Amino acid sequence: MVQIHALDIAKIRRDFPILKRDVASGVPLVYLDNAATSQRPVQVIAELTRFYRDHNANIHRGVHTLSVEATELYEGVREKVRAFINAPDVRETIFTSGTTASINLVAHGWGRKFLSAGDEVVISEIEHHSNIVPWQMLRDAIGFELKYIPMLLDGTLDMDAARELIGPRTKLLSVTAMSNALGSIVPVAELSALAKAQGAVVVVDAAQSAPHMPLDVQALGADFVAFSAHKMLGPTGVGVLWGRLELLEAMDPFMGGGDMIMTVTMEQSTWADVPNKFEAGTPNIAGVVGFGAALDYLSAIGMHNVRAHELEITEYALRRLADVPGVTIFGPERAEDRGGVVSLELEGIHPHDVGQVLDSYGVAIRAGHHCAQPVMAALKVPATVRASFYIYNTRDEIDVLVSALESTNLMFGGTS
Amino acid sequence: MTNEGASEPTGSLMDDLYREIILDHYRAPRNRGDIESPTCSADGSNPLCGDQVHVAVDLTDDRIESIRFSGEGCSISQASTSMMTEHVLGLDGLSTRMAIKQFQSLMLNGEPPENSKLGDSEALAGVAKFPARVKCALLGWKTLEQALDREHNAPVTTDERERQDG
Repeated sequence: MVQIHALDIAKIRRDFPILKRDVASGVPLVYLDNAATSQRPVQVIAELTRFYRDHNANIHRGVHTLSVEATELYEGVREKVRAFINAPDVRETIFTSGTTASINLVAHGWGRKFLSAGDEVVISEIEHHSNIVPWQMLRDAIGFELKYIPMLLDGTLDMDAARELIGPRTKLLSVTAMSNALGSIVPVAELSALAKAQGAVVVVDAAQSAPHMPLDVQALGADFVAFSAHKMLGPTGVGVLWGRLELLEAMDPFMGGGDMIMTVTMEQSTWADVPNKFEAGTPNIAGVVGFGAALDYLSAIGMHNVRAHELEITEYALRRLADVPGVTIFGPERAEDRGGVVSLELEGIHPHDVGQVLDSYGVAIRAGHHCAQPVMAALKVPATVRASFYIYNTRDEIDVLVSALESTNLMFGGTS
Repeated sequence: MTNEGASEPTGSLMDDLYREIILDHYRAPRNRGDIESPTCSADGSNPLCGDQVHVAVDLTDDRIESIRFSGEGCSISQASTSMMTEHVLGLDGLSTRMAIKQFQSLMLNGEPPENSKLGDSEALAGVAKFPARVKCALLGWKTLEQALDREHNAPVTTDERERQDG
C-alpha cells in the first residue's frame, strides 16, 4: 500500500521564488496555468547554474575532466528517468526537445519504416495538436487511414467506439493519457490492451499525466511514452521519449548528424546504438541536468502525494466554481476522472475577456483553444478558460479565482 | 499564503480597456447582420484567439450606403467592428481609408492622430496598452479594408456580381 502524505504546501511554495512576485503593485501572482508550463523550484534553477558554472563541457567527446563530468551528469539523468517511469532498461530513455519532438521521432523513426498504405492508425478526438498533426502529415506521405476515437460530451473517450475502431488493420494507436484541454484521464491501459490484441504498436502522450501522477510504462502496456520536462518543474527544451528496446533498435534514426553514428565514410554511415542513435547533435545538456533536479524534487514528494493534493484542490475548485453564476464546467464530472484541470466558460463573456480581467487580479489562466481545436469543435465553443493546478496551489488561490470570476461577471454586467 | 479573496485589481488599467461605451457596443452591436448581395465583403479571423468577423458593404457612387457585420469573438473585436460600422457609414472611399489609417495609428500610439475624427472608436485607445489585444481591435478594420480592396479590383468583383445576378 502506498502511504499518502499531505503536502506541506507552505514549505513547497518557499522553493518557488516566482510565486512571491506581484503582477502589478499589490496584486500577487496566482499561477493557475500549469498545464501550459509549470514553475521551477530553486533546486532546478540552482542545478542549471551549477552546471554552467562548474561542469560545462560537451558530452561523449572529450577525455578531459569537464567533459567526463558533464557526460556523467547527463547520463545520470537517464537513470533517474528510468526509475521515475519504472522502465526496464536505461537505454530506453531518449532525450528530445519535448513531447512534440518525441512524437515526431516515433512518426518518422518507426512510422515511416513500418507503416504503409492500407494500414490504420488510431488516435482520438481529444488529442493535443502535437499528437494529431504528425500523423496527418505521415498519412499524407504514406496513405494509411487515420481514425479518431470520438469524445463523449463529458470529455471522456467513447470506449464502445474504440472497441469497434481498433481492428486487425490497426498498426498503431497513439493516445493521450490526460486531455490537456479538459483534464480527462484516459484509460490508457485498457486501450493499450485492445491495440495489443490486434498486434498494434501503442504510443502514449504523457505530457499532461507524467507531471501529476505516478507513471509506470510497464503497467501501461505501451511501446512508446512521450513527455516534457517543462511541465514537471524542469527546464524548457527537454523532453523524453521512452520506447521498448527492440522497437528502438529496429527503428531508423530521425535526424542525422554528430553523436548518432558508429562510423562515417564518404560513401555511407552506420548508426550508433540506442539511445545515441536518436540524439544527433549536441543536446540540451544543462537542461537535462536541470531536469534531473526536477525529478529528484518530485520523487522526494512522491507522485502519489502529488496526485492526492491535486485531487483535493480539484474537488474544491469544482465545488466552488459550480456556484459562480453563468459558469459552465467542461470535462468529467467527478474529480477522480480528471487531472488538476478545470476548463470552463462564463455565459456571455468571451474567454479572452475573462482571461484579461483575471490577469488584473493576478490570476494566470489560459484562454483559448489549448491546441485542441477538435475538442472545442465537439463542445461547440470557440475557446475555454482553463485553470490548471500543481503541487504549490492552495485553496486560497481557488478562492481568488472564484472571486475574480464573480468580478468579471459584474464588470460585464451579465449574470451575477 | 495570505490571499483572502481577490486583491484590488489594477483598476484604472482595466477601466481603460473595458470602457463603458465598448461594453455597450459588445452587448448591443450596431449594424449586425448581413447584406444579401453586397458590393463587396470579406472575412477576417485571428486564428490564435478564434475571433471572426464578416464585413459586407454596399457602395453607391463610392459612398458606403450600407454596412453590416457578423461574427463572434471577444468584446474588443466585436465592439471595435460595431463602432467602425457606425463611423464609416456614409463615408466615401478615401475618407474610409483615411479612417482605417487613423485607427491603426491609434492602436500603435495609444492616442488618435491630429485632426482625426474617429468618434466612439477613440474609446479603444486603452487597447494600445495591451499588445496581445491590439489585433482583436484591428480585426474589423482590416477586414473592411480587404473588402474595399476587392471592390477596387473592379473586373473580378463585377464579373462575380453579374454571374450572381444572372
